[in-house]
Amino acid sequence: MFLINCPYCGERDQSEFTAGGEAHIVRPKQPTELSDDQWAEFLFMRKNIKGVQLERWNHAHGCRKWFNMARDTSNDRIHAVYKMGEKPPIK
Amino acid sequence: MSENLRITNNKFVDQTTRISFKFDGKILYGFKGDTLASALLANNIHLVGRSFKYHRPRGIMACGSEEPNAIVQVGNDASMTEPNTRATEIELYEGLEASSQNCWPSVNFDIGAVNNFFSPLIPAAFYYKTFMWPANFWKLYEYFIRKSAGLGKSPTEPDKDIYDHRYLHCDVLVVGGGVSGIMAAKTAAKNNLNTLLIDDKNILGGSTIYQKNECFKINNFYSNEWIKKEIETLNSLKNLIIKTRTSLAAYHSYNYLLARENLTDHLNLNERKNKIRQRLWKIRAKKVIIATGAMERPLIFNNNDRPGIILSSSIKKYIDYYGVKCGQKISLFTNNDSAYETAISLNNSGVNVNSVVDIRDKTNSLIVKQAEKLGIKIHWKSTVVNTSGYKKINSIEIMKLSDDGTAVVEKKIKEECDCLGIAGGWTPRVHLFTQSGGKLKFRDEDNVFLPDKSELDQISIGSCNGDFELDEIIRNSANSINKFLNLNNNDYENLEIISSKEIDKKNIWLLPSDKPLGKTKPFLDFQNDSTANDIKLALREGFKSIEHVKRYTTTGMATDQGKLSNMHALGIIAETAGVKMGELGTTTFRPPYTPLTFGAIVGRNVGEFFDITRRTPMHDWHVENKAKFENVGQWKRAWYYPIDNENMHEAVQRESKAARDSAGILDASTLGKIDIQGSDASEFLNRVYTNAWSKLEIGKCRYGLMLNEDGMVYDDGVTTRLSENHYLMTTTTGGAANVLSKLEDYLQTEWPELDVYLTSVTDHYGTVSICGPNSKKILSKIIPDLDLSDKDFPHMSFKNALIDNIKCRVMRISFTGEHSYEINIQSSYAKSVWEKCFEAGKEFNITPYGTETMHLLRAEKGFIIAGQDTDGTMTPVDLQMDWIISKKKYDFIGKRSLYRSDTIRKDRKQLVGLLTDDPKEILEEGAQIVAETNKQPIEMLGHVTSSYFSPNLNKSIALAIVKNGKKLKGQKLFVPMKNKTINVTITDTVFLDKENKRLNA
Ligand SMILES: [Zn+2]
Repeated sequence: MFLINCPYCGERDQSEFTAGGEAHIVRPKQPTELSDDQWAEFLFMRKNIKGVQLERWNHAHGCRKWFNMARDTSNDRIHAVYKMGEKPPIK
Repeated sequence: MSENLRITNNKFVDQTTRISFKFDGKILYGFKGDTLASALLANNIHLVGRSFKYHRPRGIMACGSEEPNAIVQVGNDASMTEPNTRATEIELYEGLEASSQNCWPSVNFDIGAVNNFFSPLIPAAFYYKTFMWPANFWKLYEYFIRKSAGLGKSPTEPDKDIYDHRYLHCDVLVVGGGVSGIMAAKTAAKNNLNTLLIDDKNILGGSTIYQKNECFKINNFYSNEWIKKEIETLNSLKNLIIKTRTSLAAYHSYNYLLARENLTDHLNLNERKNKIRQRLWKIRAKKVIIATGAMERPLIFNNNDRPGIILSSSIKKYIDYYGVKCGQKISLFTNNDSAYETAISLNNSGVNVNSVVDIRDKTNSLIVKQAEKLGIKIHWKSTVVNTSGYKKINSIEIMKLSDDGTAVVEKKIKEECDCLGIAGGWTPRVHLFTQSGGKLKFRDEDNVFLPDKSELDQISIGSCNGDFELDEIIRNSANSINKFLNLNNNDYENLEIISSKEIDKKNIWLLPSDKPLGKTKPFLDFQNDSTANDIKLALREGFKSIEHVKRYTTTGMATDQGKLSNMHALGIIAETAGVKMGELGTTTFRPPYTPLTFGAIVGRNVGEFFDITRRTPMHDWHVENKAKFENVGQWKRAWYYPIDNENMHEAVQRESKAARDSAGILDASTLGKIDIQGSDASEFLNRVYTNAWSKLEIGKCRYGLMLNEDGMVYDDGVTTRLSENHYLMTTTTGGAANVLSKLEDYLQTEWPELDVYLTSVTDHYGTVSICGPNSKKILSKIIPDLDLSDKDFPHMSFKNALIDNIKCRVMRISFTGEHSYEINIQSSYAKSVWEKCFEAGKEFNITPYGTETMHLLRAEKGFIIAGQDTDGTMTPVDLQMDWIISKKKYDFIGKRSLYRSDTIRKDRKQLVGLLTDDPKEILEEGAQIVAETNKQPIEMLGHVTSSYFSPNLNKSIALAIVKNGKKLKGQKLFVPMKNKTINVTITDTVFLDKENKRLNA
């Protein structure tokens, strides 16, 4: 059970949060100009790596803010949390 | 009590307070401070159960949570009985009733015991191999297995006890109150760290609290005296919370731990009333110190499972702590020094020790010398090859070991005994460490797995970290604690410690016998009844991974998770397969460490607290008017309002007819309501709905369909433009929270540049919906000064109004196809407005209707319910709702997906109407639809999603999704049911008033 440092509220129990999958997948600005394959790439393809992964989290039962997290999926260590729009911390 | 098995000079059991209890129906006596196990032993009762597979008699074997055999059912009340409890952990109380579990019909006469004589026929994986085939025989086997397997009885009525949960945050959590745990807690608390010390026993001190032996002294005190003083100093420390009778159940990542505190289980039954039985502590610790000690291993030899064969250290605890003799003529069998501690304790208490059988050649440690001085006989370099006695051990057979330890030599010696203590060495309790994700290392010298690397802020100290000698425990623990807590505590420096040091070590995982292996029964897992032979068979059959062998033989799979058996299983596998034990790895220990009650897991979240119940502002009116309710998510919604003895069908038919003939009134308060404001609100709606929103005039309403990015319908509802930059969106009842969170997601992550604010206002407004040809007349009575003409207040528009000076919003929108209004009003006034509408409607026979009628009415009009007629695989095109997809908009959520190769496929499943050939026949929702009836296998073309008998059309109607349904209009299809096949015809989805005349009637 993680202890997550919400960038807006501080440390809170994991049960207050929901996970939102891989981060930094930007919705294409011009979807209509994409081929089926390109659109499918955005829609379905996720890396699911073992190691440090950048992912989206939402403080659903708190401030309702979305933010990003760098989490090592192999040991659940959270290396950083950062606000939407901010650059991921260099790894 | 035929024999006196109690000694009197004992301090831990209160021999002045006698307690009566029942075991297997018999009334027995023990003392305050006893466990059920110690009281049974004092009554000379060893036989407490039957083994799982062979139904061999089994006795108490241990004194703590690792007990594999003494698994009992406690209590016989239908709501309070509890299976699978360990007699060694039940503190004796007045009124205790317990019974043996794994035996039928009784522990002394057991039908399953025939399995014992057929045991060559019951090899490893017997159950897998036998009962797998033929498959339909399972229902016969199951009865037999369940009855004789002894899995205990579940309570049949709800638990009357109270349980709760609490959170606790601390700087340091110390798990285990033995020598090293006490040192850790004292050091931490003295240095201003908020410290929590927990121990599963009722007093602190571990096994040291009853260790009074010349070979173990600290500063010239016996170790029990020394630790007693240490415990006294703990009580004066301010920063320390001590919780006894509290066992750590689980150790999760981020130092989040669960511990169960037993609060009343030790009290007499009449003292428990209105008290919390167990509390689950949810602990967040900055640092964790594990000091859980070690447990003794058994020895694996032929017939090592008879009642009266007990772990040597447990015999010591029974005599030194409980004052109970496990026998009058006790033999001991060991591979290490600790059996000599038991021998000396027994000797000091006047119990005759026959001999110690030691597999080692000869050793001269302090404690062995002391035993020899007391005249205790020792069989060096020997092993027990067999035991006798069916319901209790009565003798052992001893032989000399060959030099390499693989065989026995010379002649057999028979020794009579009524108890055999076995001492196979020590296994550190690393369970919590591994639960937390820690990795183990193997120490070859004494075959133990020890904590190695961990990701968390934690350490293991004492014997759970592989220190078994008193002086090492104290010195190493003191150093580790200081280093871990970054302190310079010197309380434990310069202690003068006398400790008997073990000099010689020897280990044989499976001890040899004079009989061939196949003719012996060396038990490994006593609870699941698997032998060393089963392990060897599994290896011969090709299993290599420890996890596979474990599952195949069920070794370590019982309620004790193989606490006693795992090491030997690994040892025998390693030996047989010729690999090094450390390379084999170990099995995974999963939480809970000891079983938890369901009560402790759920705490107060039972009954009405299990989930939130949401009630509308008009709820009480529905109750007064005898509504039946249905659960929609957390909401209680009025389902239908039966009059007199109407059943649901009759009530719904009446309500549906009334709504179309004159007027109906519905509580629509549960619909999700999202207040949307901001200068980009219109643009935002343009992006989230499939249709165009920028041109919607102020005061108008529009139906919108929301897709997922994959093009599938997600939710729908009507949104009203209240002012230039202000909208009120409605969602489905069930989808409200998800829609809000999806919209927030897009706003915060994809379109942060939009100036839009979302607020959930579902609970802020009650919604009264009035529909039917007389709805306009009713509304005009309530709000006389509102112009309700079609010109001024047309369908799909909105007006602010006042009812009794209360501001409300009136929308002219319709989910039934009738002329209808929805009045949104502050929740606190909603009931009074509802009542007012009802009064005003009386002259028009206004009829309250529930969700079932609402569903029927909308189905007559072919309106979908997202989530009922859609299932996450339907596009708007599939729903024949092409009209709602804007052709002009450049983009909206899901747009690009609407022309992926799969979504433009012509033969997708599509929403259609269905009419039954027999208009009285009502289809079942979920029923499958086929095109042919006499072919097998037959392709399922789709299924019925909504089905009703329409009183307004006087026939059965249904909606369905059917493959290529659009093209099949007019086609005959079939709905095969269990006893008949129903003929149906595909139709349009709109059954009533295709021209929408009624909206303006
Ligand atoms: Zn937050």
